[in-house]
Amino acid sequence: MEHIRTTKVEQVKLLDRFSTSNKSLMGTLYLTATHLLFIDSSQRETWILHHHIAAVEKLPLTTSGCPLVIQCKNFRIVHFVVPRERDCHDIYNSLLQLSRTAKYEELYAFSYNPKQNESEQVKGWQLIDLAEEYKRMGVPNANWQLSDANRDYKICETYPRELYVPRTASKPIIVGSSKFRSKGRFPVLSYYHKNKEAAICRCSQPLSGFSARCLEDEHMLQAISKANPSNRYMYVMDTRPKLNAMANRAAGKGYENEDNYSNIRFQFVGIENIHVMRSSLQKLLEVSGTKGLSVNDFLSGLENSGWLRHIKAVLDAAVFLVKAIAVESASVLVHCSDGWDRTSQVCSLGALLLDSYYRTIKGFMVLIEKDWISFGHKFSDRCCQLDGDPKEVSPVFTQFLESVWNLTEQFPQAFEYNEAFLLQIHEHVHSCQFGNFLGNCQKEREELKLKEKTYSLWPFLLDEQKKYRNPLYNANFSPELTLLEPNTVSFNFKFWRNMYHQFDRSMHPRQCVFNLIMNMSEQNKQLEEDIKELEAKIKQRNGQSSAVLVKEHQQSAHPAPVALKTPPSFQKEQPLIPVNDAVRTIEGSNTADNRYSEFVAEFSKAEPAVVSLEYGVARMTC
Amino acid sequence: MEFAELIKTATVESVLLSCVGLPAVKGTLCITSHHLLLSSCPGGDSQPGTVELWLLIRNVDAVEKRVQNLGWYQPPRTNGSPRDTRLAGSSGTITLRCKDLKVLQLEIPGMEECLNIASSIEALSSVDSVMMMYPFFYRPQSLKLEEGWNLFPLEQYFQQIASQTSRWRLSDVNRDFTTCPTYPPAVIVPAAVDDDALRKAARFRQGGRFPVLSYYHPKNGTVMLRSSQPLTGPNRKRCREDEMLLGTVLDEGERGFIIDTRSAQAAKQARMTGGGTEPKSSYPRWRRLHRPLERGRPLQESFIKLVEACNDTSINMDRWLSRLESCRWLSHVKAALSTACLAAQCMDREEASVLVHGAEGTDTTLLVTALAQVILDPSCRTLVGFQGLLEREWIEAGHPFHLRCARSAYSHARLKQEAPLFLLFLDCVWQLSRQFPFSLEFGEHLLLTLFDNAYASDYGTFLCNNEKERCLCKVKETTHSLWAWLNQPGEKKKYLNPLYSHNALVIWPSVEPQSIQLWQGLFFRWIRSSQYLDEAWAEIERLVEGNKPPVKESAGNRLSQSLSDPAARTENER
Repeated sequence: MEHIRTTKVEQVKLLDRFSTSNKSLMGTLYLTATHLLFIDSSQRETWILHHHIAAVEKLPLTTSGCPLVIQCKNFRIVHFVVPRERDCHDIYNSLLQLSRTAKYEELYAFSYNPKQNESEQVKGWQLIDLAEEYKRMGVPNANWQLSDANRDYKICETYPRELYVPRTASKPIIVGSSKFRSKGRFPVLSYYHKNKEAAICRCSQPLSGFSARCLEDEHMLQAISKANPSNRYMYVMDTRPKLNAMANRAAGKGYENEDNYSNIRFQFVGIENIHVMRSSLQKLLEVSGTKGLSVNDFLSGLENSGWLRHIKAVLDAAVFLVKAIAVESASVLVHCSDGWDRTSQVCSLGALLLDSYYRTIKGFMVLIEKDWISFGHKFSDRCCQLDGDPKEVSPVFTQFLESVWNLTEQFPQAFEYNEAFLLQIHEHVHSCQFGNFLGNCQKEREELKLKEKTYSLWPFLLDEQKKYRNPLYNANFSPELTLLEPNTVSFNFKFWRNMYHQFDRSMHPRQCVFNLIMNMSEQNKQLEEDIKELEAKIKQRNGQSSAVLVKEHQQSAHPAPVALKTPPSFQKEQPLIPVNDAVRTIEGSNTADNRYSEFVAEFSKAEPAVVSLEYGVARMTC
Repeated sequence: MEFAELIKTATVESVLLSCVGLPAVKGTLCITSHHLLLSSCPGGDSQPGTVELWLLIRNVDAVEKRVQNLGWYQPPRTNGSPRDTRLAGSSGTITLRCKDLKVLQLEIPGMEECLNIASSIEALSSVDSVMMMYPFFYRPQSLKLEEGWNLFPLEQYFQQIASQTSRWRLSDVNRDFTTCPTYPPAVIVPAAVDDDALRKAARFRQGGRFPVLSYYHPKNGTVMLRSSQPLTGPNRKRCREDEMLLGTVLDEGERGFIIDTRSAQAAKQARMTGGGTEPKSSYPRWRRLHRPLERGRPLQESFIKLVEACNDTSINMDRWLSRLESCRWLSHVKAALSTACLAAQCMDREEASVLVHGAEGTDTTLLVTALAQVILDPSCRTLVGFQGLLEREWIEAGHPFHLRCARSAYSHARLKQEAPLFLLFLDCVWQLSRQFPFSLEFGEHLLLTLFDNAYASDYGTFLCNNEKERCLCKVKETTHSLWAWLNQPGEKKKYLNPLYSHNALVIWPSVEPQSIQLWQGLFFRWIRSSQYLDEAWAEIERLVEGNKPPVKESAGNRLSQSLSDPAARTENER
């Protein structure tokens, strides 16, 4: 609180970031300990969580006031004009302080109180149980076992305590192998395909340098191949570009030498590193945030950013992995450098393509808990939860969500969840409101006592799962273990407008098919239930009335309650029709929302009229 | 000319047909005067064959042939029957690239047959005489010839306007097509202007296309007019009648906009060749806005480049995006939508009347006026209303379909006057349908069908360049109308949008590049499988169907009956 000097500023203007005229909303800005709140004159509220703020910028003073631009991690950009420079300066300084947190304990999650009691909190954290998940996959079994080697985080600090390894991999092999791998991240099981008996394993790069070998590591890989009875060889996927992997050799790291490992097939798949991804997103946002963008500038900017190329590379890698498992029944070991960024992307997407469970709402939560949270994707560093090294920030998890979104576009009926679910998860990865994504690894999370001091996001999402349900989901589309085979041809990758322009309302379709369908399917379900209920009542009643007839009206009171009950449940369907219409009505579609709109023709004024066709915007200045 | 002369080989057996996404089939290939047929007979010659392909030859845009003469080569597909070995010596492949963007391959045994077939298709597909085209021969049993030809008389459209204002009249000054050869016989003009003045004004406009009413905006009584460029020429000629005609459109003190679909510079340059624009001094109450829209050859090339890029499925992401950019198609979509929005905005928001023209007034002009009406007028967004709009603003208004749609994106022939303006219009309408999915009564399927039929059709609707030609060719008397076929109850259902609900508002689209999408349903129709998308769409239809009130009622009735009369049922059961 000591950072807040001004809590309320009146007469603040909120500008539309794409408008070429200075159309704006007037309102009041409030600064709280956790949020920045803007209430406009029509009482609409815009809440911005301090943790969501990625950058605050004060622009040069103008005649109307002091502009303040706030960029958020959820890609919201707000542009305020504060009338007095001193207020603007105060808010700017406060936000700068509030958006930078030095200690985990200061994050919102530690003060957020959703009014749950302790047992609810505990139950919430137990909702996702990874031991249960491995059981579902079919391990432990004859070939795979739970290893207690990392029970005290002694072998690898960034791995979870419970790890599954081949039965033939003894403790000395594990220890030896871990010493030969970057950050001790030795090969462990990520996903087991019970029909093919093939496994997705993950690790970090070997410390091979130019010639180093490690017998234990070679044994480890052999153990993984042998744990697959249906195939002799296994794939080793290095998800880095070959050049990067080779450069690592100079630093004593590198990749597996095929000559030293028996029966491996080694493959580079060429996903770029976190720094390339960070600057790619930066470029993408620069382009998409440009005012009055032309189609050609947009497309060339999209191309120059390389963003879609990277998304395609990630999905292509996952497709390669899936083919090895589904077509050749071969196990695959995936790694990159440290094995927590690209490896997490490829392993989780691979599993998502292989196993329809991960395409359900609960399954997707499990997938994120397993491949991202438990295996130590550095959420804190990558999402800049604490004020830290800006070079560690990278949109790796965002890319994963975007890849999933691309799949949902290609397979509209295969996923139980919808786009809103992905967006909501993205929101909370950055919000620091729930404990799940805090910290960089499980060990750190235990030290922070997150399960006692914070709440888990998943039960809250599950509570409102109605919002996240895909109304077109067809469980029969993908029975257990049905493979999705996406087409990764370039034109199938599209700019994710609803992610990067989620808060720019004027860009979206004015009528949402999804909401309509969702409501319809809800209503249909409700009606079907009503029908069932009524039919049950008919049966019951028929049974009763025959009983009544037999008993010759001895208990004539009996069927009466049924008759009385029926009308209310029957009336249910009447209000449905107007509800239906209400859903269909569109939001006000307004020229002012669109880019050709700043068209002020004032005939009364003197000529000449200068009309410019800048960026397809019809603008007339007199 | 006899078609038979053009057909060198009428039938070939054992032809292998393949196209992307479908299994190859073998069968007998037949060429008739208008069709290419391939029927397969899996059960031997005695069984009736199933027709695998029924292709209108007019639909063929380019024929590419490749022959192999490999004596030692045994094609892997033959299984040693005597006839097959005889043919194994040579074979050829014909690739047919169609105007609807489909690509077919025919593998034909025998080099000579292959060459004959290819040249027959080439000859038949380039027959340019309108009267020889298939619509003049097509006689479906379910339709009557005269059906659908007079569904949207201009008189009817005029009556709607006349019921609200008496400032307009229906003129038959062009009844014998002498005033303007590309206008229909009847046009709507200001009531205060007599036919004589119209004739004089026509002489001042290119091709005689004097300003006529295109749309009356009932909300505020403003109008949209269209014309061709005025023939000001280098000497800045004037025409009192033309000035008067435009003057009477505006009330005292009112001003109007002229939207010129050329750049200011291009409009100025047009003066050198006798054209030009309305000078401010002669039309003081009209303000000119220049909104350059691409037309003609550059537009056709844009279309060709886009289709090329779409067909190259092996290109990487960067290459794809750069080709999508360099073809500029989406820029044209954005420009067309923005200009139409501008016109709509002038009328709806600024309450000013608008005159739209480019040079000839038959291409970009119609694109803008038609699109503005879809945006403004809910009655143009119904299935029937949209047909009426096309009839009024494209067909009768004299968009030269025969010239513009003679060739599509694959043709190797030298380009003459081809340009995909109609396709651009359909694409813009598709963009609207994506942004307002409940506001158009028709779906993507209709837009695709219209595209197909504009380029090659069984029906006469899109034949010829204008009404005068249609009269001369007796199109309305001797061909069937596409609308008659579309509006048959069974057929109509396919084109309806299940999500439609009447929306009386103006639909203002977003024209940000992030909001404009490539029309995958058209450009990738034959390239990628849309199975999952189609299934999802079928599910949407099912859900909507299940949600319709009648269904609910019937279920409700069934239940309420049985509930209300339990005694009757128990008695029956007993």
